[in-house]
Amino acid sequence: MKELSVLNLLGINELTKSDIDLIFKTADSFKEVINRQIKKVPTLRDITIANLFFENSTRTKLSFELAQKRLSADIVNFSASNSSLTKGESLIDTANNILSMKVDMIVMRHPHSGAAKFLSEKTNTVIINAGDGTHEHPTQALLDSYSIKEKLGGVKGKKVVLVGDIKHSRVALSNIFALKKLGAKVMVCGPTTLIPKYIKHLGVEVEHDLKKAIKWCDVANMLRIQLERQDIQYFPSIREYTHQFQLNKEILEITKKPITILHPGPINRGVEITSEIADSEHSIILNQVENGVAIRMAIIYLLAGSINRS
Amino acid sequence: MKSTEILNSLQVSLTINRLCSQLIENHKDFSNSTLIGLQPNGIFLANRIKNCLEKSINKKVLTGSLDITFFRDDFGRKEKPLIPSVTNIDFSIENKKVILIDDVFFTGRTVRSGLDAIMTFGRPLSVEFLTLIERRFVQSLPIRADYIGKSVDTIKEEKVSVLWEEENGKDQILLHSPIEI
Repeated sequence: MKELSVLNLLGINELTKSDIDLIFKTADSFKEVINRQIKKVPTLRDITIANLFFENSTRTKLSFELAQKRLSADIVNFSASNSSLTKGESLIDTANNILSMKVDMIVMRHPHSGAAKFLSEKTNTVIINAGDGTHEHPTQALLDSYSIKEKLGGVKGKKVVLVGDIKHSRVALSNIFALKKLGAKVMVCGPTTLIPKYIKHLGVEVEHDLKKAIKWCDVANMLRIQLERQDIQYFPSIREYTHQFQLNKEILEITKKPITILHPGPINRGVEITSEIADSEHSIILNQVENGVAIRMAIIYLLAGSINRS
Repeated sequence: MKSTEILNSLQVSLTINRLCSQLIENHKDFSNSTLIGLQPNGIFLANRIKNCLEKSINKKVLTGSLDITFFRDDFGRKEKPLIPSVTNIDFSIENKKVILIDDVFFTGRTVRSGLDAIMTFGRPLSVEFLTLIERRFVQSLPIRADYIGKSVDTIKEEKVSVLWEEENGKDQILLHSPIEI
């Protein structure tokens, strides 16, 4: 367990369990570093990283930037809204132009599934997928599992339910891969229209009744309804969705055991979760954000090791 | 490889006792001093020194362990990234006299990294360096130890290994030389 089995982080599906264990172990050290009086280490001072965000992001972009700065890397930021993309430049041309400026690593978010893999095949640099379409969001899944491990002492054998828009959620798919590799039992819960037909093939249980799902689980990961990815109407109204799938005090009172609550953000307070529950003692939403920086530092550190300096 | 014993179990124990006496001369009751073992190999020595000091002064001595992986100067020059060990400094080092501890003082690069790493925990009053074995004539940086268990003359191709009772059943320090030397 000394190095990752991959040269890029394209998705959780390509990682082995020992890769995930190595990332978690390294993140432990970085979590200690970011709680020091001086939170910066000089490790990556000769590395340049480009953050290519072809899609809006607040948390992930900020978290990656902070992780890169804490590691002393130089960074360049690119966002689609104010770039040559609007002038018709292709992804490959944009990336190659940036790479000509001697960039060592690319962190990319893109609205199209498979964009990160495509770029990794066409360029000779380290790629980290920060979310590609409805495919994967590997760093989010890693920080979710890491936060569960931190709170409950382990992931193996824990029952985790992912609630909400499973169909359009890259967070859900990456979480399913990560949790299964770490030995958790996984259930997805949401309206029939937002659960992919063949999801059971991934070894997860399907439930459409939130009350039953909550009774079953130890951990609930509440996903956001992705209105921006919905080409057709998948449920009658937000009000009806809220009525059936909102995590609130009444639902949690059904089960006597404490349930750990996660949310990848941004939260639509009052839709998938009430403020009271999002801010409760069982919610680890803000721990997820802190752990996100440590996990991203660990991934960048481990992947940067393969960059040739000679 | 030819192996020669530098220190046996008794000599290790006597050397540690002497180093403790020297530390007490300079740090008195250790009320404002702290021991920091450099991970991974310095922590065994740091714990021995701590136990020996506590017996002598009959008082707890603040001791921590420091990992220097992220402060090394050879990142990306090795085939694999190094995996860090645990840092455990759960006290403030601000205005304290810090004694960095490592078992072997070779090129000085670990100590250089240790100096950078310890500063991220605050601004110590002073920093000293203690080592059990100083390898003379092989330092790459202008760094010297303040407390030395034993100095040995070595060339770069040789290797010093430190065995601790906690890990290997007995204390012993060996010098390994290529046969042709």
